[in-house]
Amino acid sequence: MPSSDGGILAAVSLERSFGHVRVLRGIDLEVRRGDVLVVVGPNGAGKTTLLRVLAGLARPSAGEVRVLGRKLERTAPEARRPIGFVSHQSLLYDDLTLAENVALAARLYGMARPRAAAMHALQSVELAERAHQRPRELSRGLLQRAAVARALVHDPLLLLLDEPFTGLDVPAAERLRELLLERQRRGLGLLLVTHHLEEAWDLATRVAVLSGGRWLLEEGRVGPLVEFLPRYRALVNA
Amino acid sequence: MPEWMRLALVIAAKDVRAELRSKTALLSATVFASLVLVIFNLAREPTALSATALAPSALWVTFAFAAMVAMNRSFTVEREHGALDGLLLAPVPSSALFAGKLLANLAFVAAVEAVALPLFVLFFNVDLSRALPGIIGTAALATIGFVAVGTIFGAMAVRTRFAELMLPVLLLPFMVPPLIGAVQVTSRLLAARPLSEMMGWLRLLAVYDVVFVTLAALAFAFVVEE
Repeated sequence: MPSSDGGILAAVSLERSFGHVRVLRGIDLEVRRGDVLVVVGPNGAGKTTLLRVLAGLARPSAGEVRVLGRKLERTAPEARRPIGFVSHQSLLYDDLTLAENVALAARLYGMARPRAAAMHALQSVELAERAHQRPRELSRGLLQRAAVARALVHDPLLLLLDEPFTGLDVPAAERLRELLLERQRRGLGLLLVTHHLEEAWDLATRVAVLSGGRWLLEEGRVGPLVEFLPRYRALVNA
Repeated sequence: MPEWMRLALVIAAKDVRAELRSKTALLSATVFASLVLVIFNLAREPTALSATALAPSALWVTFAFAAMVAMNRSFTVEREHGALDGLLLAPVPSSALFAGKLLANLAFVAAVEAVALPLFVLFFNVDLSRALPGIIGTAALATIGFVAVGTIFGAMAVRTRFAELMLPVLLLPFMVPPLIGAVQVTSRLLAARPLSEMMGWLRLLAVYDVVFVTLAALAFAFVVEE
């Protein structure tokens, strides 16, 4: 369950380096129940690395990530349970059907009825009729929806999304936005990284700008996108 | 059933189900094993070297290389679509993840060995009627150790650009002790020597298993994390 103040995820002074290259430099952030934090930045800003560190897939070089107050580290697997992750890859096995792939995730999270949970998750992204198909038989957009089903099957408290609208056609992107909004209203916290702010602006409750591994801005979403874009460009080009 | 064991079995079952559907690892490793045995048989000069003298080495070289082919495939499937990340995201202890991959790899390698052994009998014309239980036991003892090492090196290699090359390069030096032990035991078994002549080698294989399964399980958490 979330902590009493609604905080799900907190990162303090996150640093991540690859050799001599510092990809993240002192990132602080918090995601609470119902928050939609949209992180925007140019290519190479460190957005994907930030998500991988927050998901527990990469170890920070300094600083720490806490999920529901628990430090996220490989030796504490339970800390990862509240997290769902939609990567730019589907995380699915080509030799398993969609139903088997999503049921596998449900089993790994210890769900009581994994097949039923998998079908429910696939229904939520309108893929139930394709449950018997394998990932290689799906288009990029359908694969992305299957990845979302996989990430949501264990009913996470926090969903991390890496460029979730890439490859989706307009109706599919709209359906995904509706699904995320519906989950957000039920208390799901979302952290979404993108370099196409227009796709995620309507979802955001807060916006952060990441560039060169640094937080340039983090604030509540105020006003329309057209007012924010000039500030964003000025920050990134400064 | 303890949760740790349930998770390990879920991961192993996933690998086995995927492999039974694609048959990629088993087919490629079995074909490879057959080719190695054929080449060994054709390359042998019958007047200079008897089949029995060459047989133990041929058997274990075949097992070792076929195992590498099978283990390489086991982690290649984890790389496609970033599937390994899906396992790492779940609240699964690293030791359970290691145990699951180890069990699946053992199943693949055992299956390849089970196919290669009759081919070995066919090509080398050796009588295994008395030595068979001993050879199966030796195979189990030697295979557990090098598959444990192969499982952890497979997890390391999967994140590199040359994963298919990296696994043999990393694994071969660590395979030398169990291979020497297994060849020594097999040659004595084929010559119907008493068990007392093999005990030293069998102990070496057992110690190797205990040491490397333990080390690999402990180190796995650090290997899979970026």
